[in-house]
Amino acid sequence: MEKLIILIVIILGAIALAQLIRVYELSSKLRKSGEHEINNKDNHINGLLMFVFMILTFVGFFYLMLKYGWTGRGSAASTQGVETDWLLNLNFIIILIAYFITNFLLFYFSYKYVRKPGVKAYFYPHNNKLEMIWTIVPAIVLAVIIILGLKSWTKITSPAEADAIRIELFAKQYAWTARYAGLDNELGKYDYKLTTDNNELALITSNTIDSSIAIMGKEILSLTKLLNNRDTILNDSVIVVRRNTLSVKERLFRLVTQIKENHDKKADAAVWDDIIQNDTLYLCKGENYEFNLRARDVLHSAYFPHFRIQMNAVPGMTTRMKLTPNMTTEQMRAEKNNPNFNFVLMCNKICGGAHYKMKMIVVVKDKASYKKWMAQKNKETFKMKYFPAAEETATPKDSLIIKPLI
Amino acid sequence: MASTAHEEHGHGHDHGGDHHHHEEHFVSKYIFSQDHKMIGKQFLMTAVFMGVVAMLLSILFRIQLAWPGESSDFLSFFLGEQWAPNGVLKEDMYLGLVTIHGTIMVFFLLTGGLSGTFSNILIPLQLGARDMASGFLNMLSFWFFFASSLIMLGSLFIETGPAMAGWTIYPPLSALPQSVSGSGLGMTLWLISMVIFIAGSLIGSLNYIVTVLNLRTKGMTMTRMPLTIWAFFVTAILGVLSFPVLLSAALLLTMDRLAGTSFYLSDIVVGSEMLANHGGSPILYQHLFWFLGHPEVYIVLLPALGLSSEIIATNSRKPIFGYKAMIGSILAIGFLSFIVWGHHMFITGMNPFLGSVFVFTTLLIAIPSAVKVFNYITTLWRGSLVLTPAMLFAIGLVSTFISGGVTGIILADSALDIALHDTYFVVAHFHIVMGMSAVFGMFAGVYHWFPKMFGRMMNTRLGYVHFWITIIGAYGVFFPMHFVGLAGAPRRYYDSTVYNEFDQDTFAMIMDLNVIITIFAIFAALGQLLFLFNFFYSIYRGPKAPQNPWDSTTLEWTTPVEHLHGNWPGALPEVHRWPYDYSKPGSDVDFIPQNVPLAKGEEEH
Repeated sequence: MEKLIILIVIILGAIALAQLIRVYELSSKLRKSGEHEINNKDNHINGLLMFVFMILTFVGFFYLMLKYGWTGRGSAASTQGVETDWLLNLNFIIILIAYFITNFLLFYFSYKYVRKPGVKAYFYPHNNKLEMIWTIVPAIVLAVIIILGLKSWTKITSPAEADAIRIELFAKQYAWTARYAGLDNELGKYDYKLTTDNNELALITSNTIDSSIAIMGKEILSLTKLLNNRDTILNDSVIVVRRNTLSVKERLFRLVTQIKENHDKKADAAVWDDIIQNDTLYLCKGENYEFNLRARDVLHSAYFPHFRIQMNAVPGMTTRMKLTPNMTTEQMRAEKNNPNFNFVLMCNKICGGAHYKMKMIVVVKDKASYKKWMAQKNKETFKMKYFPAAEETATPKDSLIIKPLI
Repeated sequence: MASTAHEEHGHGHDHGGDHHHHEEHFVSKYIFSQDHKMIGKQFLMTAVFMGVVAMLLSILFRIQLAWPGESSDFLSFFLGEQWAPNGVLKEDMYLGLVTIHGTIMVFFLLTGGLSGTFSNILIPLQLGARDMASGFLNMLSFWFFFASSLIMLGSLFIETGPAMAGWTIYPPLSALPQSVSGSGLGMTLWLISMVIFIAGSLIGSLNYIVTVLNLRTKGMTMTRMPLTIWAFFVTAILGVLSFPVLLSAALLLTMDRLAGTSFYLSDIVVGSEMLANHGGSPILYQHLFWFLGHPEVYIVLLPALGLSSEIIATNSRKPIFGYKAMIGSILAIGFLSFIVWGHHMFITGMNPFLGSVFVFTTLLIAIPSAVKVFNYITTLWRGSLVLTPAMLFAIGLVSTFISGGVTGIILADSALDIALHDTYFVVAHFHIVMGMSAVFGMFAGVYHWFPKMFGRMMNTRLGYVHFWITIIGAYGVFFPMHFVGLAGAPRRYYDSTVYNEFDQDTFAMIMDLNVIITIFAIFAALGQLLFLFNFFYSIYRGPKAPQNPWDSTTLEWTTPVEHLHGNWPGALPEVHRWPYDYSKPGSDVDFIPQNVPLAKGEEEH
C-alpha cells in the first residue's frame, strides 16, 4: 500500500512538472524568446552562482580540512611513515596551490566575463610565450615532485638490512597468520602442497612431508574405492568430477614424493624454531623488520594504516616490505588520548565476502617487554606446538609411501 | 574521391530525394538503422538506461555504507529476500553491486555512451560526410553493444549473483568459483558480455578512424577539424590499440576457468581444496588489464574534453585558445596513456625499479593536462560568456578535471601511493575525474547537441536546476570522500565497523562522513530525475529548434533541422577556414561558419 502511494505521488509529481513546463513554454512563446536565447538576467545569475559556488567549495574544503584533516590515522608510527607523511604534506601544499589558483581563475572568469550588452569578445587565438610558460612551469614543479618521490621510494623499497627481523605474513580468506623466523632469524621453507590441518603454513620438514604423504595416500585410496565400488551407481557427471579430483590428487601426490626425494633433513632446523602467531602481531619499537608476504588462495594486501606501509600478498610468489616502528602502542594511545586504541593490519585487496573483517591487531612494545614476550614465545616454536616428538617419530624413508594407484 | 562514391551511397538509401526518408520502414529507420545519427541516438538511449541502473546500484550500497546493518525498505524492494534479507544487504551482494556499478559506469555509460554517441553523431556531421565509412559495421557495433548490455544486466538476476571481484576482476578471486559466489556463472556472463562489448567497440573505433581519415569534405584539412573530432579520433585509436589486450586478458582468464590452464594461477589452496595449477601469475593479468585500463581512462576523458572544447569556444564567443597546443596535448595524452599502466601496480609485488619508471611517465601526463586547463581558462578570459546549461557543465568539467587531476599527482607518486593505495582517496580521485568530469562532458554534449539530435530544444531552466543539483551533489559526495581516504579507510569494505575494535574515534569520523556522502548521493541522484524528465519530455514536446541555435561555426549546424539520410540535401559543404572564427576582428557578426569563404583580404587566423 505504501509503495502504491509513493508511486502515485511520483506520477503526479511528474505530471505537475510537465504542466509547469507547458505554462513556462507558453509564456516564453508570448515573449517570443526561444530556449536557445539565454537572457542577460539568467546569464548574470548563473555567473554569480558560479562565483558563490566557488567560495562555498573553498570554505567547505577548509572546514573539512580543519575538522578531519590529519586526524584519522594519527602521526606516522614508523620511520618509513614519517618520511611518507613529510612528502605527502609537501605534495599537498603544491597541489593545493595549483587547485586554488586554477579553480579561482576558472570561476572568477566565468563570473566576470559573462556577456554584457555591447561588449565583444576579444579575439585571442594563441600566444606562444604564454603556452611555453605553462608548459615549463608545471614541468619544473613535476621534476621536483618526481625526484623527491623516487628518492623516498627507493629508500622504502630497498632490500632490508641484514639484521632485520624476518616475519612471514600469511594471508588466507579471511585471516592473517604471522610466522616469526625464530632464534636463527631464518624463515623455514614451505611448499603449498604440504598444507594440512596441523601444518596450515605448509612448512617443509621431514615430518610434515611424511604426514602429508600419509594423508594424501589415504584420500586417494578412499576416492579410488568409491569410484571402483560396484554397489553404488553414480551419475556420469559425478564420476567425471571425482575422476578429475582423483587425477589432481595423484599429480599432487607424485609431486610431494618428489619433495621428499629432494629434501635435505638439515633444512628442518630452520623450520622447527619458527614461531606461529595467530591472533596478535607483536613488534618492537626501533627494530628493523622484513615482512615476507604469502597468500594461500586469492590476492590479499597487507595494509598497516598507522605505519603507512602496504604490500600485496600474491598466491605463487613472495613479496617483501620493510618496517621500523618508532612508536609503541602505549605512546600512540597517549597521543590519541584513547586507552583502547590499537595498531592494526588490515586486508586491502578485495578477497571475498568477509574481506572487510580480515584484520590482525598489532602491538608495538618497548625493547624490555618485547624481549620478555619473545623469551616466552621461544618455548612455543613450531616443533614444540605441532611435532613435540619429531626426532623420535621420524620414520625411515619409504615406509609410509603408498604407491600411486594408476 | 572517396566522398563522391559515398555521396551516391547516401542517396541510394534515401531514394534520391529529400522527403522520401519519412517513408522508410519502421524497422530500418529505428531499429536496424544504418544512419549514423540514429545509431548515435540508440547508443545514447542505451547508455542513459545503463547509467540509471548503475546509479541506482550505487545508491543501494551507499545506503549500506551510511547505515550499516539497518533494515531498509528501499533495499528489500530492489533486492528482495535473497540478497537483502530483512532489508539488510548481504556481504556478497555488496561486492556484486560495487562490481557491476563500476563495470557499467566505465564501459557502458562512459565508453559506449560518450564516445559511441557523440562520435557517431558528430564525426560525419562535423566533417561534412554523408555518413560513416561503413553504415553496416556501424549498425553492427551498436548491436554488439546492446547485446553485451543485456547480458551484463541479466547477470544481476541469476541465483549465484553477478561478478563480485571488483570491476578489475583480478584473478584468482575471479577465476575460482570456490572463493566467492559471484565467480561462478556471474563471472562467466561478465566475461561473455565484455568480449561482445570489445568486439563492438573495435568495429566502431575502426569505423571512426577510417571516416576521419577518408571522408573529410573538401577543404577540411586535419588542422581545420574541430577539437571534438581530434578527440574522437585519438580516442578511437586508443580503443583499437588497447581493447584487444583486454580481450586477451579475458580469454586467458576464461581458459583458466574452463580449460584448467594456469596463466594466472599458481600454488593455490582454496578452502580445503588444493589445486594443481602451478607457474601462473596474477600479476600478468594485472599488466594486461591495466594496459587497457589506463588508456581506458583517456578513452573516457578525451571525448569529454573534446566536447567541452567546442562548447566553451562557442559559448565564450572566442576561438579556443591555443588550438594547435590543444591538438598536441590530446596526442601527447594519447601517447603517454600507453606507458603509464604500471602506476596501478606499485604495491602488487612488481619490481620497484619498474615502479620508478612508471612514476616518471605518469607524472609527465600532468604537463599536457595542465596545458589543456590553462588553455580553457584563457579561452574564458575576456570572452562574452553565454551560460547555457551545456556551458555550465563544460566549465564544471574543467573544475573537476583540475580537482581530480591534482590528486592524481599524489597517487602517481609511488612513495605516497603506498599509504593511499586502495583507500577511499583513490575512489574519490577517480570518481571526480570519471564520475564528474566525463559525466559532465556527456551532459554538456547532450544539452548542446540535443537540438541537432532531436530537432527540438531542451528546457533551459530545468537544465540550470539540474546542473546546480548535480555539481553540488557530486562535489558533496566526493570532496568528503578524500578525507575518509586520508583517514586510511580501505575501499570495497562492506562496512567499517571493524574500526570499532581498534580505533573508535576514527570509526566515528568515518561514519559521520559516510552519512554526509550518502545524503549528497541521494540528492544528486534525485536531481538526475529532472534531467531524465527534461530529456524525454523535450524529445516529444520540446519547442522546435532553429537550425543553428548557439550561433556556432561548425558544419553540423549547416544541415537542416529535419534529419535526412545523407545529411545535406544538396552538395556537401566546402570548408574554407578553421572552426573557431568567433568574434573575428573586421567581421560584423560574431561567428563565421566554416563553409563561408574567406572575405577579400581576410587572413586565415
